[in-house]
Amino acid sequence: MTAVEDRPDTSAKEIGRDRRRKEDQRLITGRTRWTDNIALPGMLHMAMVRSPFAHARIVSIDTEAAKASENVVTVLTGADLGEAQGVCINAWAITTDQVAPTHVPMPTDRVAFAGETVAVVVARTMAAARDAAELVDVEYDELPAALDLKKSAADEVLAHPDLGTNKSAFWKFDSEEAGTGGNVDQAIEKARGDGIVIEREYRQQRLIPAFMEPRSTVVDPTGEQITMWSATQIPHILRFALAATTGVPESKIRVIAPDVGGGFGGKLQQTPEEMITFAVARRLGKPVKYTETRSESLMTAHHGRDQWQKLTLSAEKDGTVTGLKVELTADLGAYVSLVGGGVPVLGAFMFNAIYKFPAYQFNCQTVLTNKTWTDAYRGAGRPEATYAIERLMDELAAEVGVDPLVVREKNWITHEEFPFTTVAGLEYDTGNYEAATEKAKASFGYDDLRAEQKRRREAGDRIQLGIGVSTFTEMCGLAPSRVLGQLNYGAGGWEYASVRMLATGKVEITTGTSAHGQGHETAFSQIVADRLGVAFEDVEILHGDTQVSHRGLDTYGSRSLVVGGEALVRAADKVIEKAKPIAAHLLEASVDDIEFSAGRFGVRGTDQGLAMADIAMAAFAAHNLPDGVEASLDSDATYDPVNFNYPHGTHLCAMEVDTETGGVLMRKYTCVDDIGTVINPMIVEGQVHGGLAQGIAQALWEEAVYDDSGTLVSGSFVDYLLPTSADTISFDVQHNSTASTTNTLGTKGVGEAGTIASTPAVVNAVVDAIRHLGINDIQMPCTPERVWRAIHDVGGSGTTDTEGAAMPHFDESTGMQGTTDRTDGAS
Amino acid sequence: MIPTQFEYLAPTSVEDALAALAQHGDEAKVIAGGQSLLPVLRMRLNAPEVVIDLGGIEGLRGVREDGDALVIGAMTTHHAVLHDPLVGQHAALLVKAEHQLADAQIRHRGTIGGALAHADPAGDLGAPSLALGAEFVIAGPGGTRTVAADDFFVDLFETAIAEGELLTEIRVPKHTGWGAHYEKFVRVAHQWPIVAVAAAVRVEGGTIAEARVGLTNMGSTPLRARAVEEALVGQPATEDAVATAAARAAEGTNPPSDLNGAADYRTHLAKVLTRRAVLAAAGA
Ligand SMILES: Cc1cc2nc3c(=O)[nH]c(=O)nc-3n(C[C@H](O)[C@H](O)[C@H](O)COP(=O)(O)OP(=O)(O)OC[C@H]3O[C@@H](n4cnc5c(N)ncnc54)[C@H](O)[C@@H]3O)c2cc1C
Repeated sequence: MTAVEDRPDTSAKEIGRDRRRKEDQRLITGRTRWTDNIALPGMLHMAMVRSPFAHARIVSIDTEAAKASENVVTVLTGADLGEAQGVCINAWAITTDQVAPTHVPMPTDRVAFAGETVAVVVARTMAAARDAAELVDVEYDELPAALDLKKSAADEVLAHPDLGTNKSAFWKFDSEEAGTGGNVDQAIEKARGDGIVIEREYRQQRLIPAFMEPRSTVVDPTGEQITMWSATQIPHILRFALAATTGVPESKIRVIAPDVGGGFGGKLQQTPEEMITFAVARRLGKPVKYTETRSESLMTAHHGRDQWQKLTLSAEKDGTVTGLKVELTADLGAYVSLVGGGVPVLGAFMFNAIYKFPAYQFNCQTVLTNKTWTDAYRGAGRPEATYAIERLMDELAAEVGVDPLVVREKNWITHEEFPFTTVAGLEYDTGNYEAATEKAKASFGYDDLRAEQKRRREAGDRIQLGIGVSTFTEMCGLAPSRVLGQLNYGAGGWEYASVRMLATGKVEITTGTSAHGQGHETAFSQIVADRLGVAFEDVEILHGDTQVSHRGLDTYGSRSLVVGGEALVRAADKVIEKAKPIAAHLLEASVDDIEFSAGRFGVRGTDQGLAMADIAMAAFAAHNLPDGVEASLDSDATYDPVNFNYPHGTHLCAMEVDTETGGVLMRKYTCVDDIGTVINPMIVEGQVHGGLAQGIAQALWEEAVYDDSGTLVSGSFVDYLLPTSADTISFDVQHNSTASTTNTLGTKGVGEAGTIASTPAVVNAVVDAIRHLGINDIQMPCTPERVWRAIHDVGGSGTTDTEGAAMPHFDESTGMQGTTDRTDGAS
Repeated sequence: MIPTQFEYLAPTSVEDALAALAQHGDEAKVIAGGQSLLPVLRMRLNAPEVVIDLGGIEGLRGVREDGDALVIGAMTTHHAVLHDPLVGQHAALLVKAEHQLADAQIRHRGTIGGALAHADPAGDLGAPSLALGAEFVIAGPGGTRTVAADDFFVDLFETAIAEGELLTEIRVPKHTGWGAHYEKFVRVAHQWPIVAVAAAVRVEGGTIAEARVGLTNMGSTPLRARAVEEALVGQPATEDAVATAAARAAEGTNPPSDLNGAADYRTHLAKVLTRRAVLAAAGA
């Protein structure tokens, strides 16, 4: 993995500026087009009929009453659509013997999770479609459902009886076998004799990405290309999947992701709903729209996390780590979705984090259940890994009897040691854990808070204070195609960009990344403005339409800037190279004497020169070009990263715990992130704030809870607790930048950093507040009830499962069936 | 999502509303602020054929004094109750509860009458109205009747309002000079309470002369913590004395178990929150 030599010009004027986001005016004022705003002549509307059962045989579907309903055009089942509906692909068979059920968008014989679509009503209005959906009469024969992850891993009940097992794939990395480290079992054995062994089991609860804009798809089959608009993060991958599974040639499909209201990985999917909409539009020859409700979104858009993590860490008595063994059980849900099968494995290289483990082993068993399928959710695999290791390092510190920062410092890679090849085989390019930590400690007031903690402990205060540490790193910038190939992933990880120089000197950029809230239009304009020496306002970023930006691998895994941005830089540099001979010709100088700086082609040693716009006009007119030079400055580039990209940071969190109620309250949160060169500080701050809120929410609030029959009981925002600004504090967000050497601009990904880092910092703080009471774990989310049970030892010691019942807020007479157990009281 | 089709009626007087109710019987639903009814309709958990909107009845809005009582119109929004000077002066407990009810948008739309008629045991206004000894004025085909708070809440989502009747006014006896506090325990700010305690106390020379305590979400209706009330009277407003009385907060309750907490945890919370609410109300 090579380093990129030429550093950007630091006198650059746009990079580093707090540019207000170009896209915000249209997004905030609503003068934009979300997919659901699109209305085409003659467009029909769809409503899905969904299974209320987690696992059932479909005995019969009677669509007659629905078909007869006013304004209904037709009602279709999986049998009606047949093979035209395609399949939802599994792009990541992590092992060659991976067990995966075929994922038909609308199954004909059996449903495998509550919410699965069994029929679709097509009507002239949305209301008519919804009304008629209630008239579709489906007879089900309920089957036992595989719900509990551990029991499912033991094949107690089968999620897909035909497969004979719920075990999908077992994936292992062993540092001894890989030649990157020693034998982990020996290290643990040795530590059992003369060192420290920490053994823990942590739960990564199931989460729901809960993006702001529910998913929506419009398909227009009336043109030469079938056009699909979809609220997706991945228009290019979606087009590929549509073509690959329906038999429609890729060249006959156009996918557009218009403005998309958030995704967090939740729109990194080829959904059954998209496939059904595509099939119905083709069948009827008319434009068709489907927009999900929030309830449908929470129930059927893919979920994230959901793992049990069995962990064994060995160390010497002084806290020097000697080995780490990870045994994961990961819930895939009912199907192996687009990249869901591989998400847990994205964590495989990150459990060792910033520490110099001499021996490491990662084992992962993926498991099928009858729940909503899981896939990428902000951080995908890496938050889980970071959580485990950062929790363990706190446990190790407690065991050794030192401050958690001391044990980290003893084991982390020092800044002189970069580039550093880890026990998982990755080469970390740059970083400075010491500097980030020093800065964080100072800004946080670490020593003062520790002193206050001591005072409160000694006084036996009702409110105890805890301090949580997370010195995280992550691998992002997905991904070197070669590595993806080795991991059996179904695609590459390159990215594409093109630069179109318009006659008037304005610039159009196309990028294969697909922004859905990130602010690419602004950040990428800043990069191009500096690179080509044009005005920020003169750059237009075009994306999210396979006709406009025909190549690309879309947006996820904090890749858009570090991979897509690099493609952009390279395309822009080609424009400059193409412009030089034209400039030389016009200036009657030798190409070798042409220098490009700040948008001007000058002749070395003279004051002669021409602006980029002059050359653009000259190329357009083509009246006076040198022989053999084409009349275009347009250029493109496809960039395949040579390495991942490794942002890191030190996050410090102070939590107050009310020992009487178990209630927790955040007191202070400081983070010092190293994300390399910052293009736009304001956008970065927004990414960090949002990321922190999501990571903190996993620690404290969010959990997708199912009841015993496989019904999602946290199926609305009343019970799936998303935080609002009223629940978070003002974060202290800082940076300590060391430029990355994996890309020209020196950038590192920031899209997921806050989410990955914050969860363990918060839980470490909660546990730290009450560790002196004999507590070493609280299961996430750290609800007041769990904290109270741990402190007062009233059953469950902080790790009880959440009750599978919601509070009913809407009554029977108004029709709301609550599931709360009210009659028996305690249970 | 879209509710099923319904006919929309907007009467401008209580008489017209009652007539419409009489005509459509159980096919009709009354809508006030819609903050509970609309989610139900949109999730298609209910499909009334007729929706009668009380929003056009001016006489149901506002707060006035009537001797020893405040009279609050059923259609007065949470926001209006929260900022009403009379309520602030004579029924501070209601203000404390309204302040923590849902969020600003919902408080601008939702109404006190709608919330109380809805009778969600996790609703924030039931316990304060019990504690303050409110009376509920209910209009029906045969005229108007008044029901005491203790008789108003019948069961889960069930009140003394019968079919064909409307809640028109809430009469709250003045508690001028009483200390008041509403202690609401939630995980996120916009949540219904897991448990909450409404306390109003009158302290004379450091001794609790009178105390009223209401519990939210400790049973299928809001509840009065009578054992606590009795134990408090004559006690000094000190941490110890109040804690002893508060230890009886869960007597006679039947709290639910759900994903926010099991019944035994709620029982514990009720005692802790009662102590805190009473102490805060007593200014201790
Ligand atoms: C997200 C959210 C969070 C909330 N959080 C809280 C909270 O923390 N605490 C809390 O207490 N509440 C909360 N609420 C509920 C809120 O208080 C509502 O305002 C209240 O429950 C209903 O009042 P409404 O005026 O909107 O009534 P509507 O929704 O219009 O009606 C509710 C019910 O009462 C009936 N009704 C209304 N008026 C009358 C009348 N005059 N006579 C007879 N029947 C009538 C209706 O037919 C219906 O059955 C929340 C609501 C939402 C949507």
